[in-house]
Amino acid sequence: MNRSEFLAGVRAQLPILLGVAPFGMIYGVLAMGAGLPSSAAQAMSSVVFAGSSQFIGASLFANSAPFLVIVVTTFVVNLRHALYSASIAPYLERLPLRWKFLFAYLLTDEAYAVAILRYRRDSPLPAGEESRVRGKSHHSYYLGTALALWTTWQLSTAIGIFFGAQVPASWALDFALPLTFIAIVIPALADRPAVVSALVGATVAVAAYEWPYKLGLMAAALAGIIAGLIAEQLSPTTGPKSG
Amino acid sequence: MTPLQLWITIGAMGLVTYLTRLSFIMAWGRLAMPDLVRRALRYVPTAVLSAIILPELLRPGGGALNVSLSNARLIAGLAAALVAWRTRNVLLTITIGMAVLWGLGLIGV
Repeated sequence: MNRSEFLAGVRAQLPILLGVAPFGMIYGVLAMGAGLPSSAAQAMSSVVFAGSSQFIGASLFANSAPFLVIVVTTFVVNLRHALYSASIAPYLERLPLRWKFLFAYLLTDEAYAVAILRYRRDSPLPAGEESRVRGKSHHSYYLGTALALWTTWQLSTAIGIFFGAQVPASWALDFALPLTFIAIVIPALADRPAVVSALVGATVAVAAYEWPYKLGLMAAALAGIIAGLIAEQLSPTTGPKSG
Repeated sequence: MTPLQLWITIGAMGLVTYLTRLSFIMAWGRLAMPDLVRRALRYVPTAVLSAIILPELLRPGGGALNVSLSNARLIAGLAAALVAWRTRNVLLTITIGMAVLWGLGLIGV
């Protein structure tokens, strides 16, 4: 464990936590409103540990949806995590199994967004090469950033359950999340295919926003990835092989 | 739903989510990944993060599409993007973005 990298990971996650904490409180309040026992509402935050699907899950419980509907919906809403899993997998290839199990459990939108940049900063090569050139310090960074998020999610859920939402909506702290992602994405737009993937992904996401179960986000991600690949073919000089 | 059914459902929700997250992390190095997949993964962060960002700016609060100067989140997001582009400083980007959003709120945008 590299202590300074761990703390750097925690620090990088702090602005996102500003937005996550109110979200977790609102989940706690909403789960109570849905009639879940407080133990089950809290357990969902640690067992499922995925915000959007917990909100949807709570409302499905409230509407007495059947088991299969709840589980399949959860699976579909969380499908994008498979993309994160694939994206981060090359960097975790040589980790011991028990660490892979832990890192997979902690793989959320927020942890992925912050950590993947750290993994890539020192090895922006195609995935096949990357796995050979990264140090263990990045894993400490991932652990710091992911555990900061996990702890905040558990605590803010508990606060929501027992004390209600404590942060006024007018503070608009939820906006800290897209702002952090802006700060992460802009510097990552290093070449034309990356720019194309971002533009196409963003445009499709807006157009498909009203699709149910976050399928619009999934479609946007896939469209952005395909667009990036096509742009790479059309401008081979900016492809990763030469970079 | 009985308490037992409730707990089984939560367990199953957790299991499908966990297996989704674990999928490629476990498969990597055991299965031969086609070169196309390796190259495609390069675009996951830009595609996904942009897909999360833009609806937050153009559809504030999950509401209707609003591409105009009356959309404070859009203005604040553009200001933040400019700061990110010029400075590459995460904290400054967030600070300016929030300040612009609050400032526009104060003057009633």
